[in-house]
This record gives sequence, C-alpha cells and structure tokens, in this order.
Amino acid sequence: MQWQFSNDAPIYAQLIQQVKVGIVTGAFPPGERLPSVRDLATEAGVNPNTMQRALAELERDGLVYSQRTAGRFVTEDNTMINAAKKSLAKRHVKSFLEAMLRLGFQREEIISLIEQELGEEEANHAGT
Amino acid sequence: MPVLECKGLTKRFGRVTALDEAAFSIEPGRIVGLPGPNGSGKTTLIKLANGLLTPDGGYIAICGFAPGRESHALVSYLPERTAIPVWMTARQLMDFYCDFYRDFRRDAAEEMLAHLNIHPHQSIKQMSKGTREKVQLIMVMSRAAKLYLLDEPIGGVDPATRDYILSTIIGNYNPEAAVLISTHLIADVEKVLDEVIFINQGRVMLQSTVDDIREEKGMSVDALFREVFKC
Repeated sequence: MQWQFSNDAPIYAQLIQQVKVGIVTGAFPPGERLPSVRDLATEAGVNPNTMQRALAELERDGLVYSQRTAGRFVTEDNTMINAAKKSLAKRHVKSFLEAMLRLGFQREEIISLIEQELGEEEANHAGT
Repeated sequence: MPVLECKGLTKRFGRVTALDEAAFSIEPGRIVGLPGPNGSGKTTLIKLANGLLTPDGGYIAICGFAPGRESHALVSYLPERTAIPVWMTARQLMDFYCDFYRDFRRDAAEEMLAHLNIHPHQSIKQMSKGTREKVQLIMVMSRAAKLYLLDEPIGGVDPATRDYILSTIIGNYNPEAAVLISTHLIADVEKVLDEVIFINQGRVMLQSTVDDIREEKGMSVDALFREVFKC
C-alpha cells in the first residue's frame, strides 16, 4: 500500500479513503484479516490513535468488522465493496468536473475530450 | 490522571522570562508536539519537567509527582544534543541503561539495534553522527517509561533517518504513556501527533488536536504555524 497525505484535510478522513481504496483494489482482499492498528500506523507513518479512529469509522460503515480476539477483517459483502468503489469513483469524477468547469469547459466539450482521450488510449493499446 | 500537568508554570533567567504562567495537561496515550520558534521556551519546559531546572513559580507534575526521584523513574529523556558516553560499545551502553533504569527493555533495544545492523561490539566513537542519534533514541524508547520527553529528535538528521526515528516512536507506542516532542520541523512530525501545544515567548498559545486544526482551519498544522509565527 502506498500512503499519501495532503495538507488540507484531516488525517483520519484521508486514512478512511485510503483503506477504502485498498479494499476496493484488493490490496486488502474480502474476508482477509487487516494488519494490527500498530502495524498499519507504522506502515502509513501516522499516529496509532488516528488510525484507530479511521478503522472504527470504517467499522461503523460496515466495510470492516472486528472479531473480539482475532482482530479486524474486511467484509465479504461484495455489494458493499462495489458501493464503496462507486462512491470513490464519484468523488474522482466530481473533482475532475470541478476542475474542468473552472477552466471554462462546457458539458459537450468535456464529453468530447474524454471520448477523444479514450479513443487515443484504445489506439495505443491496439498498437502495442 | 494526566501524565504531565502544569499550572502557572514560570521560569526566569535574569530579566528574561522563558516561561510565563504556562498551563496545560497531557493525558496517557497521547503523542504531543511542541512546536515553537527558537527561543520560545520549549527546552526550558522540557528541562523543568525532568528536574534539570527548578521553576520560579507555579506547579509541574509527572503522574502526580513533582520532579524528583519518583518522577525520574517515570521519565525517559532525549536531550537536544547527543549525550551518550562515546567510549562505550553498544553493549556496554545497554548494560549502563540496565543498571540505571529498572524499566529498560533490553530485548527491545537489541532488536532495534540489530534491525539497523549495529553490532553490540561496535564502539560508539566509531559511529557516524546520525547513527549515534539513532542509538540514543533506541535507548530512550527502550525504556517502558510513562513520559518520553524528546527534545528536537529529528533536527539535523537526513530524511531517511528522520523516517526511522518517527517509525520507532510509532512502533513503541504505549497507550499508558505519553510522548512530548519538541520540534521546529512540524511538517515532518504532524502525522505522528495526536495534538500540538503552540508556545511562543514563554506562553501557551494553543492546545488542539491535529485533526481539529485541519478540520476547522482547512490547513495543516505546519501552515497554521507559519501563519501564526510569521516574521
């Protein structure tokens, strides 16, 4: 897992997002046990209490669950993981659109730019 | 009970007031940053907490004890300058710490030294400045203390050593102990901290959690520090 932090948002909120990304991309596979709070905190280079807070919040949302003695596990519920994936995607799209509107692009222009970019990518893939 | 508490704490050096009625408390399990510009009173505060200085006024206590014999057993102190005897080997240094501190976890120290490929027979004299600083930090963090006082632990070391020091602090986290880190390199330690206590010209300006600052101000503690202490 690559951990990266920006300066404008609370660290626990960024940890929640990054663990979610880890779950969605399979770095933390469904049903697998998560590393301990201390190990995760050391790996991410963050305060253990902050990591604990992020995991507690993920637990409240149901993406992870804890078993009294065995630790924390990733949910096996795929609909829940897919919902998390979709909400992460929505955030990306939203911030992309905000940036494009700030640059002065209109709806149609944005769509055609995306299509153009996707077309080029496909052509590149076909070429290699 | 707070691990460290002070009320109206005042220290003067001649006509200069280094600490002016400082009041705050630190609870167990917290990693607290003490950012402040040079000469703001950080080192004075740390020296008062471990009894190297005596206050001119007010109250300071470690787990309820005034600085003294009982508190020395509870406090593990990393001074600003490296202060380990250079004629010793790493093993002799561990013996030395075992003799002085009942809470010294020798196995933890040995493990951390091995992780850095430092041989117990190696003499401290032969080590680089960065390695000496790491060795001293290992000794300090190997004690099962209630309060760790780290005075500028990451000043003057390279970024890789800085990362090592910070991960050592996280790796030795104990929910019953507190860590106080004085530093002017806030951006580097910010993620490791629960809260910060800003002091300037001997006065406590702010005590808040890192995430509360980020949430309320929409900026990092580092950015807030630059704003507050703008020259």
